[in-house]
Amino acid sequence: MASTTLSTKKLSVPTSRFSINWRKWIGVIPFFLFALFFLILPSTRILTGSFFGSEGQFTLNNYVELLTVPTIVNAYKLSIQISAVTAIGGGIFGFLLAYSVTVGGLPKPLRSVLITFSGVASNFAGVPLAFAFVATLGRVGFVTTLLKDVFNINIYQAGFSLYTFIGLALTYMYFQFPLMVLIMAPALDGLKREWREAAENLGASPFQYWTQVAMPILLPSLLGAMILLFGNAFGAYATAYALTGGRLEIVTIQIGAQIRGDVFHNPGLGYAMAMGMVIIMAVSLAAYSWLQAKTERWLK
Amino acid sequence: MNVLTRLRRFPFWSWIWFALGALYFILPLLATLEFSVSWDPADPLKAYTRVFAEQDFWETFLYSNLLAVATILVNVILIVPTAYWIRLRVPEARRIVEFITLLPFVVPAIILVFGLIGVYSSPFQVPFTELTLMDPLTTTKFGTNVLIVAGYMVLAMPYMYRSVDTGMRTVDVRTLTEAAQSLGASWFTIITRVILPNVRAALLSGALLTFAIVVGEVTLASFLGVNAFGPYLFLLGQHRAYEPAALSFFSFILTWIAMGLIQLFTGGQGQAAGTR
Repeated sequence: MASTTLSTKKLSVPTSRFSINWRKWIGVIPFFLFALFFLILPSTRILTGSFFGSEGQFTLNNYVELLTVPTIVNAYKLSIQISAVTAIGGGIFGFLLAYSVTVGGLPKPLRSVLITFSGVASNFAGVPLAFAFVATLGRVGFVTTLLKDVFNINIYQAGFSLYTFIGLALTYMYFQFPLMVLIMAPALDGLKREWREAAENLGASPFQYWTQVAMPILLPSLLGAMILLFGNAFGAYATAYALTGGRLEIVTIQIGAQIRGDVFHNPGLGYAMAMGMVIIMAVSLAAYSWLQAKTERWLK
Repeated sequence: MNVLTRLRRFPFWSWIWFALGALYFILPLLATLEFSVSWDPADPLKAYTRVFAEQDFWETFLYSNLLAVATILVNVILIVPTAYWIRLRVPEARRIVEFITLLPFVVPAIILVFGLIGVYSSPFQVPFTELTLMDPLTTTKFGTNVLIVAGYMVLAMPYMYRSVDTGMRTVDVRTLTEAAQSLGASWFTIITRVILPNVRAALLSGALLTFAIVVGEVTLASFLGVNAFGPYLFLLGQHRAYEPAALSFFSFILTWIAMGLIQLFTGGQGQAAGTR
């Protein structure tokens, strides 16, 4: 009996695959249509546009210019630098914070305070964030004045300015390290108590435990999270624009200028710049998910 | 336990990191608050009363909230049936749908709006003819609204899909559907009266996150030329001093409320989204 049902099932599959199966896809068609019109088509437009010159001819020249025109190369360099600095800085600081509330021995209630605050701060970006930092570290900002009046340190005379690389990096940090906390806290929770106990029983010092047991397990997730932070900063536009008014020429600012009015006098070059960003973002997302899959094996 | 071991047990460095983190969190907010109330020592709330008396503020703020509501509604209508159908009928579509919902991470807001303008600022024509299928969306008010809501839906999609999908994991969709069907319920009834109530908490957290993304979003709004709250705040910052600080603090409180509610509904795990 069982064998006959099995065999009829096997027989019926090939015939029904083409006649009936399309109907079960009906429920997901609206989603695919939406994605097609508002995600795939716009992305394709950027991809195809990047292969056309200013006279409408097919060309690879835009990509050559992407790698040779100094203003563009410098914009990419600046964007990569600021994303890397805030990803590494925010990553380390966020990790230490996540450590302090998970395995670091701080009282339990502080953990939920930190997680909630991180949720808010990692979502508090764009124009309000830029204004908040102007009020903090601007020329007459709260901290600037405090340092001047109380400690007699004039940071602006010492060469600091909020509207430069360092200022933007400090501003980005406000949404970078909270994101790190949100990613790393669950990962640190995944460190099993048994591992620590086993290491201690074998005579390992805390230092040995961290460098030889915990870190090797956490490293992929740590790196992955930092890569995510990198992409997070790399795609940022509103915060940088609101803070520096477009004076700090990172890639997103240049693309913004290109959308406003063809500053390169070549629409294709603008599209090629956008493609360059998409490629960098795609590579970092792929690296992130690869590293994430590696950690999941341990931290279940 | 003697004093020495107790001292050694005291998590000194943990407290240092926590204190530094707390300072980093709080100082900008404190500074913004302090600045916003320093306009007139006799009337600390002057900046707030001024800005809340402005009609432009209410118009743009209301408009942004409407955009957020539209984004959430259409996203729910699109994503809940999709996630439901994938669980019920086409599990083989899961990978491709999940891949698509991750794409917005690869295509940041500035690139998305670039592409949207590229596609929808010229009329849709049947290839090789003069037949126009659709006028450019960017030239009409309605068309612009469609574009911006669609753009926001894309930005919010990863969070919305993930939270709905997680919500559905905890309910037995198949059994619920079969039970409803055996009682004679239509598909519409099943989705609106059986599935939706079961993923209420997930929807709420997805919706609040969408709200936090959309109100105050500036990239899409300014390039599509929409009079939303984000561009308004940006412009205000160009020629005023105290009111923008007041509104920044106000935005922070809004984000705080949205995130606090998410914590309340999901119980603990924070989420991050937003347009930087």
